[in-house]
Amino acid sequence: MDARTDDLDRLEAEFQAKVDAEQRIEPKDWMPDRYRQTLIRQMSQHAHSEVVGMLPEGNWLTRAPSLKRKAILMAKIQDEGGHGLYLYSATETLGISRDEMFDQLHTGKAKYSTIFNYPTLTWADVGAIGWLVDGAAITNQIALCRCSYGPYARAMIRICKEESFHQRQGYEIMMTMAQGTKEQKEMAQDALNRWWWPTLMMFGPNDSNSANSAQSMKWKIKRQSNDELRQKFIDATVPQAEYLGLKIPDDELKWNEERGAYDFGEIDWDEFKAVVSGNGLCNRERLKARIDAHDGGKWVRDAALAYAAKKAARKAEAA
Amino acid sequence: MTKDTRDELPLYEVFIRSKNGLDHKHVGSLHASDSEMALTNARDVYTRRSEGVSIWVVKSTDIVASSPEDRGSFYEPSDDKLYRHPTFYDLPDEVGHM
Ligand SMILES: [Fe+2]
Ligand SMILES: [Fe+2]
Repeated sequence: MDARTDDLDRLEAEFQAKVDAEQRIEPKDWMPDRYRQTLIRQMSQHAHSEVVGMLPEGNWLTRAPSLKRKAILMAKIQDEGGHGLYLYSATETLGISRDEMFDQLHTGKAKYSTIFNYPTLTWADVGAIGWLVDGAAITNQIALCRCSYGPYARAMIRICKEESFHQRQGYEIMMTMAQGTKEQKEMAQDALNRWWWPTLMMFGPNDSNSANSAQSMKWKIKRQSNDELRQKFIDATVPQAEYLGLKIPDDELKWNEERGAYDFGEIDWDEFKAVVSGNGLCNRERLKARIDAHDGGKWVRDAALAYAAKKAARKAEAA
Repeated sequence: MTKDTRDELPLYEVFIRSKNGLDHKHVGSLHASDSEMALTNARDVYTRRSEGVSIWVVKSTDIVASSPEDRGSFYEPSDDKLYRHPTFYDLPDEVGHM
């Protein structure tokens, strides 16, 4: 073993000891390269999900049923844009540029959550998204508030504070529809039918099939496994569906007295894989909308930079 | 790893005073073409729920930071001066709280 490997081993051991002692890692601290790369991948994908996540809901902005609902939906979508920004800026502390992250998203190299590749067909979908999709996101994000990487953990705390309104407004929409006319209740049920399984997929593959999970747990990037979080979400959500008088589309869903948790049916992992690899209902549409928005905004960014340069030059001249 | 970032709007760090009487605290960063845009963007992104009464923005490149490797030597001058702490002094209980 040469001196360099020796050195590296010592640094890694010190790093792990710090993590084990629940100390946070900050941007300029030494960290293993794989830790850095894992975080860049996870955090940038998280950021992309917040940004692409605005698209399915944006579909209903002009058609929300009242001014009140429109204002609420606008505020929620605006929050998601903010979440994207918090996360991009936290990821930038790891040494990757914003442009490079955008590049990775636009070329398909980086992924975002599969859930946003499903279409929003009716207004009830906006309720189901807030209730289920934001609910699942909150379950994931609460666990990330104690992530070992300081900037990620801090962004998560800020985001979690804002998410609670997202889920509540969604549930309120579902409540209104479930207590409405027969057609409205059917719409709510239909939305639940379509969003339930894709929401469960948001927690990722089963632990037995999740290669990177163990390492992430050791580094305390993750605190709870995919299956633990999924179970937590299901146990919290089933009573909420019962209160609405809606039926969760899973015949195997049953309370297990012994486990103190709900048993549930098998997720269609083939569908999950298809959506991950680009063949969901809306993959192409989402990516195209995202790229068009970015390219379409280029002249604004260019003009802002040119204006700033002109102003700086004038100031220098006057001085 | 970082590709050419010349076309990127410059990065600003954002500090917010949540209410009078408290210090400004670092909350995150954002890209903006100039300080004016940085301020309005900071307002839009970081104070959507009245989280602040005052905002500072500063170009990230203008911040000078100590480096973590210095942790030992840089702070050493204070390490051996235990007499700067109140617990260094043994006073009898009869004196009461001091
Ligand atoms: Fe979000
Ligand atoms: Fe949300």
